[in-house]
Amino acid sequence: MKPQAMEKQRKAVALISGGLDSMLAVKVIQDQGIHVEGINFFTGFCVEGHTHAVRKKHKDKQKRNNALWVAEQLGIKLHIVDVVEEYKDILLNPVHGYGKNVNPCLDCKTFMVKKAVEWIKEHDFDFIITGEVVGQRPMSQRKETMPVVAKNSGSADLLVRPLSARQLPATLPEREGWLKREQMYDFSGRTRKPQMALAKQYGFDDYAQPAGGCCMLTDENYAVKLIDMWDNRPSREYELDDIIMLKMGRHFRLAPHLKIIIGREEGENNFMQGYKGLFVSIFPTSHPGALCLVDGEFKSAVELNQALALVARYSQGKNAPEVTLSVRQIDGTEKEYNIAPMAVDDINKEWII
Amino acid sequence: MSHQPDKSHQPADMSLEHDKDHQLDARRLLCPLPVIRTQDAIAKLQVGELLTVTSTDPGAKMDIPCWCRINGHEVVEIKEQDHEIIITIRVMAEK
Ligand code: SF4
Repeated sequence: MKPQAMEKQRKAVALISGGLDSMLAVKVIQDQGIHVEGINFFTGFCVEGHTHAVRKKHKDKQKRNNALWVAEQLGIKLHIVDVVEEYKDILLNPVHGYGKNVNPCLDCKTFMVKKAVEWIKEHDFDFIITGEVVGQRPMSQRKETMPVVAKNSGSADLLVRPLSARQLPATLPEREGWLKREQMYDFSGRTRKPQMALAKQYGFDDYAQPAGGCCMLTDENYAVKLIDMWDNRPSREYELDDIIMLKMGRHFRLAPHLKIIIGREEGENNFMQGYKGLFVSIFPTSHPGALCLVDGEFKSAVELNQALALVARYSQGKNAPEVTLSVRQIDGTEKEYNIAPMAVDDINKEWII
Repeated sequence: MSHQPDKSHQPADMSLEHDKDHQLDARRLLCPLPVIRTQDAIAKLQVGELLTVTSTDPGAKMDIPCWCRINGHEVVEIKEQDHEIIITIRVMAEK
């Protein structure tokens, strides 16, 4: 045997979603003496933060970013990368189409792995790991689609899925002897039992429960709002503010050119205040109540009255004969109106998005 | 963000001098953007320098200190005033 110079410390970057699987994947690889750091891509659609941070309903939940929290538990660094701009093309033009809602999972995974490949090259890391399990998710984690991600991202040989590695072809880190195949796993399918057992073995008892996916794009209610936005605008292009606003408040589509968003609670109202410089807003002045942002324009007095009556309906004056509301233009000028709150039966179901 | 490295800053005896402090306005950004902006700002600073981040996202109170613990930076002060969370961080050598 050739005398070995000091073995180079091999380094891996793990795609951290904040769920249990990526935690386990990191641990399995750390146990083989590899230095691991985490990477997390912010697309603008991440479930984290937005709603949890703003809505009071979630007050009891720790307002924490799961990816950060996972990194701390594992004692690894986490690099959060803002990919909002680049992600637009993935969402708007997915080569492999969408999953059940507006989730372009296959293109998304490929994109993230590709970004991770760029990252390891820049930072002199050796390979990438993910917590994916063969057959776990319908679209991106089927056995036949996993090689698609590996191939299209240009990472075929550098992408290790420690939880399913024994079901998949050997990758470079195994062939080079940096990783031992027999110390990785052969999990597959939708069952979570093997992951739970491994979590127990590692002593992980507090972790984010696996949700439907890693982002809002798999959420049906969110998808409906996003599609409504696309259907009623000349172009599907979007800005970060647009997609954040889709998570806030009750949305009523009064006309193709007009949607109103009414805050559901104090946290949302506070947050929406920050948008008064971008949208016309309506708020009750005679009673406490919610803030409303107007996305679009009023083309008739009927539309204005519908909006006023709806905002009155969601104020504490909902049973009063009349509520006074102020309509504030973007430039700060305000005008007051009196209106009877809309009766529940008069709320057109088709308005509700 | 303006960046004027001041090599005289020494972690041990540095007091909060706001005129020498780098400011980051992360108001109206939601998690994880305040963390991303903090991370990117700190990458441009020197060891010992101070960064004060102002955020309106209640989550920042947990997330920014957590990010600092992971990366070995020191949280010098966390203040809340008028719905704003103001966190001052001292840049330390990378762990
Ligand atoms: S759930 Fe969202 S973040 Fe996860 S792969 Fe699908 S599109 Fe991407």
